[in-house]
Amino acid sequence: MKQLTVLSGKGGTGKTSITACFAVLAKNAVVVDCDVDAPDLHMLLHPEVIKTQKFMGSKLAVLDKAKCIKCGLCRENCNFGAIAIDLKVDAIACEGCGVCNVVCPAGAITLVPRVSGNAFISKTKYGFMSHALLDPGESNSGKLVTSVRQNAKILAEKQNCDLVIIDGSPGIGCPVIASITGADAALVVTEPTMSGIHDLERALKLLDHFNIAAFVCINMYDVNTSNTTKILNFCKDNRVDVVGIIPFSPEVTQAMVKGKTIVEYSPKSGVSEEIMSMWNKMSQFLGAGNQ
Amino acid sequence: MIVSVASGKGGTGKTSVAVNMALSVGNVQLLDCDAEEPNAYLLLHPEMTKKEAVYTLIPKVDRNLCNTCGECTKFCQFNAIFVASENILVFPDLCSSCGGCAIICPRKAITWEKHRIGTLNFGANDGVAIVYGELDVSKPLAVPVIKAVKKQIKEGANVIIDSPPGTSCPFVETVSGSDFCILVTEPTPFGLHDLKIAVEVLRKINIPFGVVVNRAGMGDKKVYEYCGKESIHILLEIPYERRIAELYSKGIPFGSEMPEWVEKFQVLFSKIKVLAKK
Repeated sequence: MKQLTVLSGKGGTGKTSITACFAVLAKNAVVVDCDVDAPDLHMLLHPEVIKTQKFMGSKLAVLDKAKCIKCGLCRENCNFGAIAIDLKVDAIACEGCGVCNVVCPAGAITLVPRVSGNAFISKTKYGFMSHALLDPGESNSGKLVTSVRQNAKILAEKQNCDLVIIDGSPGIGCPVIASITGADAALVVTEPTMSGIHDLERALKLLDHFNIAAFVCINMYDVNTSNTTKILNFCKDNRVDVVGIIPFSPEVTQAMVKGKTIVEYSPKSGVSEEIMSMWNKMSQFLGAGNQ
Repeated sequence: MIVSVASGKGGTGKTSVAVNMALSVGNVQLLDCDAEEPNAYLLLHPEMTKKEAVYTLIPKVDRNLCNTCGECTKFCQFNAIFVASENILVFPDLCSSCGGCAIICPRKAITWEKHRIGTLNFGANDGVAIVYGELDVSKPLAVPVIKAVKKQIKEGANVIIDSPPGTSCPFVETVSGSDFCILVTEPTPFGLHDLKIAVEVLRKINIPFGVVVNRAGMGDKKVYEYCGKESIHILLEIPYERRIAELYSKGIPFGSEMPEWVEKFQVLFSKIKVLAKK
């Protein structure tokens, strides 16, 4: 089984739209949404949830008022500022580290597992999907990403799927690292803007650091063709394959409004043709998942 | 007044709004808290004056004192310190710097050392003083860098903060303490979906907010219907225009080429002053 992660560094470059197309084109793949705090893939693939698991990301300090002697040691020792002056625990700031529990002389603090979101296993028209939703404002998205990927792996093995396609989140921090760990290849979707180029460079450095084969797709290339040339040259100098150069088209947004991928909504369009050709290149590299 | 600019969904135009507003209002401090992918300086073109490293604190084990009893490993919720037979390993990138292992160690073998995770960068251009955080590539934790950027807030100044995308801990860390939060969205199903999650967080942590609709005219009308139903102020609309996209792609804040926008961003800032926490 092979795993492909789609990421971008910069947000809003088209990761999710492209991942959804791959899911449609792949037929026998498990698709994963690793953007667990702002997931959007389900709006194009319309999964039907089969199984929901509660996500216990961390623990939460709970103070027993009856036992508390108001010494304030918990507040003094908390490095996250999670205990207020009235010794109330701020659930958002609490990391569940357990320091308060250890320093409390009265045994008034316990650590309880907290539910910080849900993980889902679902079925779509095109195969199985593993995804999740972190509760608003919760932390530990990296851990949730890891468990969503674990679910996908188990699903793929059970269903005899030879490919897992992963939609990453923006950035290069912990959820992104969790999205690329162990992947066989990553496709970085960028756009020909100064920010797009800057973020692409950082995303490629990250992939290089973790030794993951990197490919690049330039989305909306015609918004600034001289920047597109810059990206092409940069990729050439760094021996990274540019597998797709996609034109701007309002049809992509129209498709999204209809809840469809562009390859379903307008399969003959230039955008769809380029995505299909990109998919062929990626699946050839992975030696799997082709129709 | 501290105003943060956030979005939920990435790529909706946070940075563009933050930088254009900063330049239009003038005499402000601009903080870029998107430490994973800081972009505000690419639009502002500041002259950089200073760079500092950002560190977290991680455990340092005195091997002469440590008898590998494993109490620290048992305690650590983050699997950042690990005793294996006669050896003890620290995983700096997993450590949350809670300090618990040093407290729990029966032989007082643990002290602290610095671990570099990123940089703070200082500069200025055209009446805007910028501080941006940049997480080192391969380091997972952006929050300590965000905290370091926010420590630079000048009291009494007008501060505009560019937030990272998403709605989890980096976003919460960035916007907490703001007097107002602008949520930049685009009128598409993705934009609306992520806007709703961001609204939920801001309501939970009690920060007043309003919406800027970017690329108005693309997609559908559902963002407007949602804001109407929820009584959320739509503070400004930025039209879906190729010229604006092209200027952004070149790293030019569109207000500097389309001067009619300077006043619109000034009006936006005045509106926020009225709506913000007093």
